[in-house]
Amino acid sequence: MFFQNSALSESFEIKGGDFNRAGSVSTKIKETLQDIGIDSNIIRRAAIASYEAEMNVVMYARKADFTLTLTLASILIIVKDEGKGITDIEAAMQEGYSTATTEMREMGFGAGMGLPNIKRNADDFKITSVPGKGTVLEILIYLN
Amino acid sequence: MNLGEIAKILNAEFICGEEDGSKEIQSAGGSDLMSDVLAFGKPGLLLLTGLSNIQTVRTADIIEAKAIIYVRGKRPDDDGIRLAREKGIPLLTTKMMMYQACGLLYTSGLAGVYMKDDIK
Repeated sequence: MFFQNSALSESFEIKGGDFNRAGSVSTKIKETLQDIGIDSNIIRRAAIASYEAEMNVVMYARKADFTLTLTLASILIIVKDEGKGITDIEAAMQEGYSTATTEMREMGFGAGMGLPNIKRNADDFKITSVPGKGTVLEILIYLN
Repeated sequence: MNLGEIAKILNAEFICGEEDGSKEIQSAGGSDLMSDVLAFGKPGLLLLTGLSNIQTVRTADIIEAKAIIYVRGKRPDDDGIRLAREKGIPLLTTKMMMYQACGLLYTSGLAGVYMKDDIK
């Protein structure tokens, strides 16, 4: 039902390990939402959730398809990655739980705040993962 | 207080955005952890950090921070500076350490930000 009344849809590919470009998709979708005239508080929430999701792909996955779908009622971000997946989703949702390497932490991420930050900024958040295959995040933010 | 006054207090040098010295700053926060900044950051924040990679600039852009001050004399690379110019985010660097820089700004009357459970 998320796809009804779709007003705009944009897709991007995110490459795992590409730390220099990490965050550029989120910057781009922030600009898109600003151009459309979406409320700035809603844009911030979408941008923060998107940025954390993007960092997760860069840190943990080989690549991901990132799709932004804007309808009259909501912003939906789907991030579908190919990677090692998450074995224990419940643990990964806890603040402070992390499997990050020192290198990731030196980038200012990997402290176990990513998924909780995404959930905090979303009105509805779904995460499914198949270990050894990948993870799918669905982040829904209502416009009203 | 404005960014120029903050630069004087911290004996900080503008890396870019010197023309924005009159920008008023209402609140500041210091962290090397960008996920924390994404969690506590409020629009208009002055970000103090000891991290100097391009993610500091991207994080500042995402949370709509007004400026970044790098402590301990750090500065981002050319890509970071270019992105900051593009996004209109002034960058400054001070030789002071994080604690001293934050302490001086706080005692000069610059407020901090407070974490809320619900930021919606």
